[in-house]
Amino acid sequence: MPDATSGPAWERRLLLGLLLAPALLWLFALIVLPQIDLALLSFRERVAPREYVASLAQYRTFFAEPLYWHVFVRTAVMSLAATLATLLIAFPVAWTIAKLLRGRLSALLFVVCLIPFWVSETVRTLGWMILLRESGVLPALLAHLGVTAAPVELLYHDATILVGLVYTSLLFMVVPLVSSLESLDNSLIEAAYDLGGSGWSILREIVIPHAAPGITAGCIVVFMLMLGNYLTPTLLGGKSSQWFTEQIYTQFIVRFNWEQGAAFGFLLLALSTSMVWLGLKLSGQRFGDVMRRT
Amino acid sequence: MQAVLPMLLALALLGGGAARADDSKRLRIITWSDYVPAEVIADFKKETGIQAEVTLSNNEEIISKLRATGGAGFDLAQPSQDRIVGAQQEFRIYKPFDLSQVRLDQFMPDLLATVRKNATLDGKLYGLPYVWGAEGLVVNSKRAKLADYGDLCRPEYKGKTSIRLRRPVLMAFAFASGKDPFALYGDIKAYSALMESVGRTLIACKPNFRFFFDNKDQALNGVRSGELVAAMMWDSGGWALNRENPDIRFINPKSGAIAWLDTFALPARGKNDAGAYAWINFTMRPAIAAKIAKSIGNFTASKGADELADPRLKAQFKESFPDGFRNVRWYPAIPAGLEEIEGKILDRIKAAD
Repeated sequence: MPDATSGPAWERRLLLGLLLAPALLWLFALIVLPQIDLALLSFRERVAPREYVASLAQYRTFFAEPLYWHVFVRTAVMSLAATLATLLIAFPVAWTIAKLLRGRLSALLFVVCLIPFWVSETVRTLGWMILLRESGVLPALLAHLGVTAAPVELLYHDATILVGLVYTSLLFMVVPLVSSLESLDNSLIEAAYDLGGSGWSILREIVIPHAAPGITAGCIVVFMLMLGNYLTPTLLGGKSSQWFTEQIYTQFIVRFNWEQGAAFGFLLLALSTSMVWLGLKLSGQRFGDVMRRT
Repeated sequence: MQAVLPMLLALALLGGGAARADDSKRLRIITWSDYVPAEVIADFKKETGIQAEVTLSNNEEIISKLRATGGAGFDLAQPSQDRIVGAQQEFRIYKPFDLSQVRLDQFMPDLLATVRKNATLDGKLYGLPYVWGAEGLVVNSKRAKLADYGDLCRPEYKGKTSIRLRRPVLMAFAFASGKDPFALYGDIKAYSALMESVGRTLIACKPNFRFFFDNKDQALNGVRSGELVAAMMWDSGGWALNRENPDIRFINPKSGAIAWLDTFALPARGKNDAGAYAWINFTMRPAIAAKIAKSIGNFTASKGADELADPRLKAQFKESFPDGFRNVRWYPAIPAGLEEIEGKILDRIKAAD
């Protein structure tokens, strides 16, 4: 009977292969291959027109020129701060959607969170520019109410970038938080109250541990989005506010220095990978569990 | 399953074939904003049946996009005359002109001579002149008084001026410091030192800049709304603002406006050269060139179009350049390697606090 069993098994494997083929093709042709090409680019140096030699010069430039790693560290720190701010803002929202509201009201609030995403990021960011610029809506309102004597420039500050980043990525924090909070049994919280727990100790010992995979998942996604964001820091940021993605764009497009840009790209990849690894270690989460929540 | 693959292949082939059949009926142009007015596209289509498709860009993006494809994807590009030879040596993104296909008598001879000097490589010509103008200072004369680039850094204009953080501003401030950067193009060491010193000047000046603008609209909005009192900008932008508010003027700075000349260039793997030549000959007719000049707000390289130009534009030109184009610097072709030096200085200015 070996033929009878191997036939379907072989067919099953073929079917699985066919089903996976588009995803694998996508992964290989559009992600793996370009990455390999970029890696090769990053390890060469231009010595004369159309002449290149293998070298580590691009990575050396990064460490030798303080400018570049300053921008690198700045991007990481600001992304981290913005991720924490997003978590602090998204948590009460997610709690309200998952626990306090029922049925249509909860769905409505969810849709309200979603609506800004119906227009593109560019439009949303330009909206912020109209609101915050000196001749814009908010400074005029502040001056009118007497909070400031004259309209002040709210655009082009680091804080403006943070506001923009948090706004752009709020949804990606709310969704995993809602799904992990919804699975929390209300009776656990009631029991904790019965046993004399305070609001704070319940949050710390029951809610947060239960939601930990959702929190980690949200933080990872949001952090990645911020680190790789180009539009928001470029449009909202001021004359000194460099973002590392902007540096990569500049190297590739403005300076025609693909080698340097590729090296920067890999450094950014290394940064995000190590930050995610560190985050998982510190929160004691496993990657597989976390990814299932996103 | 067996039937699907050949069908897909056939579809792909059909698609490819259809696209090829279309190529002679469309002309893909990569250019700057306002350079190809809709009216001219319609006129050209009526006469030749070719549909011009426009992609808006700038000097750096034109080179980067063509480099990425090895010169494919567009049938006509419009880089500045000084950015052709270096890019061609490095990336081979253009093909030379077949001058027998071009009506050279339609061009102004001195501008043609300029590109012949700067856009010729190995005896072949890679650029033809299209539009020229200058970068200088746009000043709201009611609120500020500037005579030279350095005045953008005067303490009373703190947070009220702007520049575009690209290479022209380095050239401008080099001239303002009394040196001639173009004369040092061949001397990498002296050029580096000059750029370092310009970089220090601009870093010290940074509190004066409200923002570094990326595109014309951003700068125009800044001056229009009163957030800026002065900016280093293109003459056409200044004249556009002048039409809305006569207090805003474009002035030729004491150390000289920096003149640019944008060109036609043929991408190496463009698919409609015949269409490109037809377009060049068409747009350089005085009547068509006058329409283009009106859309851009600058003068074209077409001989005889000046007489047809908007009288207002002519008056504005005269006010901004009372002695004509005498005190103006023309860009020579950039040797390879210089932009790397400038790039580092620009990065430093951007990052400085």
